[in-house]
Amino acid sequence: MKNSVEIKNLDLQFGAVKVLQDLNLDIGQGEFLVLLGSSGCGKSTLLNCIAGLLDVSGGQIHINGRNVTWAEPSERGIGMVFQSYALYPQMTVEGNLSFGLKNAKIPKPEIEKRIKHASEVLQIEPLLKRKPAALSGGQRQRVAIGRALVRDVDVFLFDEPLSNLDAKLRADLRVEIKRLHHKLQNTMIYVTHDQIEAMTLADRIAIMRGGQIMQLGSPDEIYGRPINKYVADFIGSPSMNFLEGHVKNNAFEVGDLSIPLDGYEFVDAAGATEGPATMGIRPEHVVTGELVENTPYQIDVEINLIEPTGSDTLVDCVVAGHHFRVRMDGQSRVSVGDKLRLGLWPAKASLFDATSELRL
Amino acid sequence: MTDTSSSMLNGPQGPKPRKSFSRRNIFLYGTLITITLFYALPLYVMFVTSLKGMPEIRLGNVFAPPLEITFEPWVKAWSQACTGLTCDGLSTGFWNSIKITIPSVVLSIIIASVNGYALSNWKFKGADLFFTILIFGAFIPYQVMLYPIVIMLREIGLYGSLGGLILVHTVFGMPILTLLFRNYFTSLPEELFKAARVDGAGFWGIYTKVMVPMSLPIFTVAMILQVTGIWNDFLFGVVYSSPDNYPMTVSLNNIVNSTQGVKEYNVNMAATILTGLVPLTIYFLSGRMFVRGIAAGAVKG
Repeated sequence: MKNSVEIKNLDLQFGAVKVLQDLNLDIGQGEFLVLLGSSGCGKSTLLNCIAGLLDVSGGQIHINGRNVTWAEPSERGIGMVFQSYALYPQMTVEGNLSFGLKNAKIPKPEIEKRIKHASEVLQIEPLLKRKPAALSGGQRQRVAIGRALVRDVDVFLFDEPLSNLDAKLRADLRVEIKRLHHKLQNTMIYVTHDQIEAMTLADRIAIMRGGQIMQLGSPDEIYGRPINKYVADFIGSPSMNFLEGHVKNNAFEVGDLSIPLDGYEFVDAAGATEGPATMGIRPEHVVTGELVENTPYQIDVEINLIEPTGSDTLVDCVVAGHHFRVRMDGQSRVSVGDKLRLGLWPAKASLFDATSELRL
Repeated sequence: MTDTSSSMLNGPQGPKPRKSFSRRNIFLYGTLITITLFYALPLYVMFVTSLKGMPEIRLGNVFAPPLEITFEPWVKAWSQACTGLTCDGLSTGFWNSIKITIPSVVLSIIIASVNGYALSNWKFKGADLFFTILIFGAFIPYQVMLYPIVIMLREIGLYGSLGGLILVHTVFGMPILTLLFRNYFTSLPEELFKAARVDGAGFWGIYTKVMVPMSLPIFTVAMILQVTGIWNDFLFGVVYSSPDNYPMTVSLNNIVNSTQGVKEYNVNMAATILTGLVPLTIYFLSGRMFVRGIAAGAVKG
């Protein structure tokens, strides 16, 4: 697959503060890449660097094989959709769409053709004569995307485009963006702090922290095989349960429990060195009820707290002195104080070194 | 059944009754009316006096409405009142003031808005220092700079001309106007500026097509500040221009303070009102916009 965007040894600092450090990232043609991280991790900064809105301190940025490190934003072949959509309030939708084209001195018939095409793709033809103030949130977003679309760019950049919307609309527009990506097949780079958005949209996710990429991989990889404890904790809701113990004789010992590690895929194929470690188990990887008998390891617990969410019921309990959450079916009839037998699949769990917090 | 349920409510219900003549209202409106009278009365006296003939004024009853309305003083103030040797009233001063105010206002607003735009969106190296120095300029008393500017204008050959006075007004408007525009542009969403850059607009393209159309309120504020400031200016007018170019305020002073002959109070009053008419009109026409502009970020640091 041809690379659409290549970022090489990128550095960025404001005064003494290093915002991005020696960052490398290759993004394939037509790929949907999500930059995910909590606020202040540098994800939006990286996007602004790719867009050319920020000057980098070191390294290179290539788009479609061209070194654009010093190019103006408009010369890079990118289109950007902002969190606030940033539609020009005094112009009509048509004016918003044509602004970039007029600046590029594109002939009028061509502008009209492109606006027609974009408004058909995005279904905003009836809105062309309206001002942004007279549009709904979803319509504004489509116009903002249209502004990138008419410019016929290679790469779409999205800077948290859904964070200003209410939960329902956000879910709808997420689907719409995904559909658009299927239709257009452009490269898209999408910044968000919302893991659901990241998981649902991305071909690959880059988890960022402290100006560096911690893990880059498909949503499955990130979810199933997090590279360290931070990623494991960050991805997944409700978040992963952690048990602090140590690895001994191909088993994980915590308190008086000894969980066998048969079937667990160690990063180092030779198996783990023995020593202190943390085991992470996702609440949805614990089974209850009659399925328990199939699992290699079982624990008996008492229910402390119940959080019904409708589709699921979250059950809080204590395992070997650690707070532990289990996801059960929403139909389960359980109450506080009940005894519950949990079945674990150690092969689905994650083990992290206690000091380096890296995956074992 | 539904009827009984509402009639079953006992005690206070519905809107709370308010007394018109409560102690609070008497104090509040009493104070407001007193202050209004305090400001309105002089204007009233000026107005009625300007409509009286001199014999009636000599009767001495300043508050009485005119017995015989005459517009003679207004005509005289506009076109015949004497200032020293010339006797063409305020009209020359009025046209001079127009010739001074319009270019000064337009020039200073254009330059200051570009300044403010550059300072808020295109942060160049030393932008903050530049801004601090500019703002510091607003605190230097005018008197300190009067004579140095006389020398400077003389050296560039503009002393005593309208051009020189326009230049002085433009320069002196810079600090406060730049502050005003910078703060307003800073309050506009930064993403709009970014979007315009992605769309390929340059420094001037973004300024004229994105920023200015969004900034009507602040342009109104700047215009009002400058028009009233420059129109009412007396000091610069008297120092930097020559008698041919005296602005209206200086003409007014010369008419009112002329020592020959009888004091024509009615003409003086008419002349004063005429001079104040331009700022008053501006306030009335754009007062609402002014408030909106001031509220829209002029005070935000």
